[in-house]
Amino acid sequence: MSRDTDTGASEAATNGEDAVAELTGVVRTYPGHPPVRALRAVDLRIERGELVGIVGPSGSGKSTLLNIMGTLDRADAGTVRIDGHDVSTLTDRQLSALRAHRIGFVFQQFFLAPGVSALDNVADGLLYTGLPLAERRRRARQTLERVGLADRMHHRPNELSIGQGQRVAVARALVGRPAILLADEPTGALDSENGAAVLDLLDELHASGTTIAVITHDHVIASRLPRQVRILDGQVDADEGAGG
Amino acid sequence: MMRPSKLRPRDTLRVAGTGLKARPLRAVLSALGIAIGIAAMVAVVGISASSRAEIDQQLRALGTNLLTVEAGESLRGEPARLPEDSVDMVARIGPVTAVSAIGAVDDAFVYRNDRIDEFVTNGIVTMAARPDLLRTVGGEVAYGRWLDDALAAYLTVVLGATTAERLGISPTDGSVAVWLGEQWFTVVGILDPAPLAPELDAAALVGWPIAEELLGYDGTPTRLYERSPEAQVEDVRSVLAATVNPENLEEITVSRPSDALAAQAATDETLTTLLLALGGVALLVGGIGVANTMVIAVLERRSEIGLRRALGATRAHVRIQFLGESVLLAGLGGIGGAVLGGMVTAVFGASRDWPFALPLWVLAGAAAATILVGAIAGAYPAARAARMSPTSALATV
Repeated sequence: MSRDTDTGASEAATNGEDAVAELTGVVRTYPGHPPVRALRAVDLRIERGELVGIVGPSGSGKSTLLNIMGTLDRADAGTVRIDGHDVSTLTDRQLSALRAHRIGFVFQQFFLAPGVSALDNVADGLLYTGLPLAERRRRARQTLERVGLADRMHHRPNELSIGQGQRVAVARALVGRPAILLADEPTGALDSENGAAVLDLLDELHASGTTIAVITHDHVIASRLPRQVRILDGQVDADEGAGG
Repeated sequence: MMRPSKLRPRDTLRVAGTGLKARPLRAVLSALGIAIGIAAMVAVVGISASSRAEIDQQLRALGTNLLTVEAGESLRGEPARLPEDSVDMVARIGPVTAVSAIGAVDDAFVYRNDRIDEFVTNGIVTMAARPDLLRTVGGEVAYGRWLDDALAAYLTVVLGATTAERLGISPTDGSVAVWLGEQWFTVVGILDPAPLAPELDAAALVGWPIAEELLGYDGTPTRLYERSPEAQVEDVRSVLAATVNPENLEEITVSRPSDALAAQAATDETLTTLLLALGGVALLVGGIGVANTMVIAVLERRSEIGLRRALGATRAHVRIQFLGESVLLAGLGGIGGAVLGGMVTAVFGASRDWPFALPLWVLAGAAAATILVGAIAGAYPAARAARMSPTSALATV
């Protein structure tokens, strides 16, 4: 059903849906004594082109929510639709394909490969799409220019500032033009100045049409975002600015 | 429905190499075990092949058409001798191209000088030799000259290689004499070892006439040497015993010395097999080292595995990455080992003047062995990496 569109908009149109992520009654319980009910009946809908902050204290279940939206983890109950696909019907291989083509991740710890240039770190964002290396590098170059690192392409992670490192990580998530960009505490490892720069970058990307979900425990950061979903004890506590 | 995740073959190779590039010292150290195993096996096979090549070369140079006729013991247990005219009789066999003989001279012992205890004979045997002996057995004079017709009638002696060594006579000693059968004999030459007639090595050779004249020799040969064209060796062999001694056939032993030389190469194979097995044990230990390294690598690189899963890698992609890394690691050791083993073969062979021989199947076998060892060593760690759930892999930082 995919027709390799860049934004995924036309694909959604054929499905008759506008939501990039649609969670209905999602439950996730980690086994143990006693079992940890990380998510209890979460309903969440993220529209195409939205910039959403998912905010909550640690232990509230927001990281579990990110893992489930990123198809890294499966829900125990409820339905999860990502980019029009009902995740529960997909095999592990199909989930990998969904992540390769439609989902971009930005992690708090960056996870950049040491000893590898910024350009190749970003190009690795396309590694599992099967594109040839030259094409991956071409797109990586474009994306690094887009995040303002045109002059840092051949620097290695240890030669970059921490803020530049996070921007490389954002570029890696962005290079595959994902339907949704999931950012887990993207400013968590940064000082306020670098944090603000990354947030500005996310604003820019949002303005140019990228769908972004930012997971954070920081209300100050969340308050900058157009929509904030507050998570508490595994449930959506408040959803402010939705649809706006 | 969806385009699947795909990792190009070239990228698979690149990804498999990342871990090795990140920790080169560890890669070299864990490949070392494999390298030692492969080097041992390659060197063992290479050295044995070189030794066989040397024997083949010797046989080509010496010819395999030499037959010897020996008088064994008579049925009554007395040492038998060949008839005096047996040389002429063998020469009359159609295909025979060359024939010669030696005769043991009993009770004539050789000493460095006349003051040596007569019981210290050093196991040296005095033999009468015909002038055409050296040519017939394909022997070489290391120093001096051979007993030609002119010298054969005088008090001259030519020493076998071992004899010269036991008497302590070296080519640099100049003109020397030895005390032989209560006479002074001048040493006129020393022979090279004679691979087809090793009995000459521990002999002191004197001329036939002087032996009869002064040493009480009765002129009966104890061993004949005979050559004929290669194709007719078996024909000659079948009539040889009857020609030499038609009355006492059972006393005659006919043998082909080149067979003994070839058989000696074959007996080396037992030792080769044993050493090869030892190399196999080293390879096994090396494989365990690689498996150990890979288990640690998988534990250390959980977050990398999680990241790759987040970027769209399937379990199969993760498995092939670590399996590939293991095979590369073992392959690195294999290449190093093959080079090392080849060098050992070359140096060892050069030190003995052997030709260099390393069969191609050894290198193919070494390559196959390392790939197999790498794949087996990497199977479990790779499966573990592939089984890891992305969330738990990412959570461990």
